Amino acid sequence: MARTDHPGEPPASLYEARKGVYPKKVDGPFRRFKWAIMAVTLAIYYGTPWIRWDRGPHAPDQAVLIDLANRRFYMFQIEIWPHEFYYVAGLLIMAGIGLFLVTSAVGRAWCGYACPQTVWTDLFQHVDRLVDGDRNAQIRLANGRWTAEKIGKRALKYAIYLTIAFWTGGAWIMYFADAPTLTQDFWSGQAAPVAYVTVAVLTATTFVLGGFLREQVCIYMCPWPRIQTAMMDEKSLLVTYKDWRGEPRGSVKTAEKNPGAFGDCVDCNQCVAVCPTGIDIREGPQIGCITCALCIDACDSVMAQVGRPRGLIDYCTLDDAETEKAGGVAPPIRKTLFRPRTLIYSGLWGAIGLAMLFTLGQRTRLDLAVQHERSPLYVQLSDGAIRNNYTLKLRNMELRPRPVEIVVSGLPGARLWIDGGSRETARQSLRMPLAPDSVTSARLFVVAPGAGPVRQDFTITVRALDDEPHRDSETIQFDRPGTQP
Amino acid sequence: MADHKRIDEVTGTATSGHEWDGIEELDTPMPRWWLWSLYASIVWAIVYVILYPAWPMIHGATEGVLGWTSRGQLEAEMQADAKRRAPVVSAIGATAIADLPAKPELMQAAVQGGAAAFRVHCVQCHGAGGAGVPKLYPSLTDDDWLWGGDLPTIEYTITHGIRNPDHDATRTSQMPAFGRDGILDARQIADVVSFVRAISHQEKPSASSIRGAAVFEANCAVCHGPAGEGGRAVGAPKLADAIWLYGGDRASITATVTQPRNGVMPRWNSRLDPVTIKMLAAYVYSLGGGEKAPVEAVPAAEGEGQGTNGQD
Repeated sequence: MARTDHPGEPPASLYEARKGVYPKKVDGPFRRFKWAIMAVTLAIYYGTPWIRWDRGPHAPDQAVLIDLANRRFYMFQIEIWPHEFYYVAGLLIMAGIGLFLVTSAVGRAWCGYACPQTVWTDLFQHVDRLVDGDRNAQIRLANGRWTAEKIGKRALKYAIYLTIAFWTGGAWIMYFADAPTLTQDFWSGQAAPVAYVTVAVLTATTFVLGGFLREQVCIYMCPWPRIQTAMMDEKSLLVTYKDWRGEPRGSVKTAEKNPGAFGDCVDCNQCVAVCPTGIDIREGPQIGCITCALCIDACDSVMAQVGRPRGLIDYCTLDDAETEKAGGVAPPIRKTLFRPRTLIYSGLWGAIGLAMLFTLGQRTRLDLAVQHERSPLYVQLSDGAIRNNYTLKLRNMELRPRPVEIVVSGLPGARLWIDGGSRETARQSLRMPLAPDSVTSARLFVVAPGAGPVRQDFTITVRALDDEPHRDSETIQFDRPGTQP
Repeated sequence: MADHKRIDEVTGTATSGHEWDGIEELDTPMPRWWLWSLYASIVWAIVYVILYPAWPMIHGATEGVLGWTSRGQLEAEMQADAKRRAPVVSAIGATAIADLPAKPELMQAAVQGGAAAFRVHCVQCHGAGGAGVPKLYPSLTDDDWLWGGDLPTIEYTITHGIRNPDHDATRTSQMPAFGRDGILDARQIADVVSFVRAISHQEKPSASSIRGAAVFEANCAVCHGPAGEGGRAVGAPKLADAIWLYGGDRASITATVTQPRNGVMPRWNSRLDPVTIKMLAAYVYSLGGGEKAPVEAVPAAEGEGQGTNGQD
């Protein structure tokens, strides 16, 4: 929220300087959960490229690798080719439905716990506390004069920021090349320019977004908060200040003097002090709230100190808030988690996942694609026979060389050859070797007698000649002169 | 509207004075970083306008102090590309065309270069893919060749063209105008047409075609061969097959015998460099009708019908 310099007057400036956020250290179940999520997500991000996976001599041995140069995506045992991009589309659909599911059930849990902006902001805020001290020390230092101590601490802090930022950018490029080789190349100046540029850009963005912009990203830059409201309903969990229980606020002493006149909130402001986006949850649901629940931890510990029940600030749905306001007791949270909407989302999500797993298990690693050359559609040969030309693409997706045979069927009297051959060497079928993990393209010439239908469907089949009986075939047209009846 | 500006009690922020059905707009200030980004963008735009062509004028645009143009960039990229291709191009230039198929990588490069040149210089007559135009320009994809379909012959044809009056080495074939010039009378022409259609299995032999055989032997066999097998030395087409450049029906053949069409092809040595011509020949050869050179030192040891494969 914007503020005027003097309440009651228009703002003196069009600028609003950022209001510093110095979240206080807090402990509690949600904070510990957040630590765990942070540890897991960062470990996945920084560590994944270093996992090795032996695929034999014809493929890289990095477990997760996006090989843009060779157009392959490796993920453990799964190898995705460009034409199998629908698996990536399927993953995106699952991610979308997963977001609907999570948001409709537990609100902005993504924002609060798993979003990279949240994770790195949390990490950098922890660096702040490590170098500058906790909230009060940070505020003192920020407002204080530039002493040697302040300069020293700032220098140390930004150096740590930069180290983390550089490491973050460095981890990213490891997904696109063999990690140990790239590390060596990177430090010896041999890596591709794009690697250095990527690291530089990601270092800069991590440094600026994680070190300085922080909650400004969530409030001003990020589209998610606007979109997420559309996925929520009255049964989605929100971090809620129970004003019907807390208001009016009063300190413990004041409340003791006037029994019954005050609510449970002791106005200690701890919920504000710990908030990583610097909001006051007691003003109600707002866009700055990422539902990280640190205010719940803070409030619960204060309630325990003053001997009042926990949950003055708590995860609560709009429906439950109404029930409690009216004096009722809200049902347990698991009842709001399992309802038709979330079950339908879970079912869809699971069905797509199972379908993808099933097709992954079924796919054949030998693929034929045929295109009929249309210019010319057919060639009249001097002995009256007709020749059609086709472009073949043969994908050998196995990591070993394979001999294959190409056969045509359904076209009586047909003979074929591919580039390098000639009509004299034409046969009913031809054999060729396919290199491992590669696409082989060839021009196929098919000759058939001139007498026959103007358009005739026939089948081209490619068949592996090694131990596994893989085959793929495609039906395509053979054209002859004349007009279609 | 300015009259209605006031401070919103809840937020303490000034309103803009705009109001819709009781909903008022807050005049919330921009964050500082946002404004600085805007100013930086403006500075960037001004610098850009100074450095690069930007303002449209009546003739062209302002030039920019860097002197950059998209044409200049294209020129530089073309030169860089020519430099990149230079080793392959000079290797193709240094290889005799008959030896190209023995070097599959060079052959492949030549075919691709030829395909590009074909699209620029040849498709106007011979059609995309070399299909030709019926009754006008021959197809280059079939197995019928007027002058021969091996690599050196195709290269020669492209280099010197057909019927270029300014060039001694050009290919020339002259089918006499048997009808127009009165060499044969109408009945003789009808008979010889019957004969030609009989040897190409379009008609059953008849009294007319038997009479035509004598006419053919006297007038046509010297170029087209006694059995109509054609004569490549003089570019005389084969008549006993299924391919007819100017049409194989009775009216078309009659027209050809009466007043032949002598097609012309430019000689390309006046427009294209020898390497481009060599690449064009390789491309045409690859279209499906390429023939082995007629004289081979070693009898060809035929392959198994197995092709080589190129990878992409």
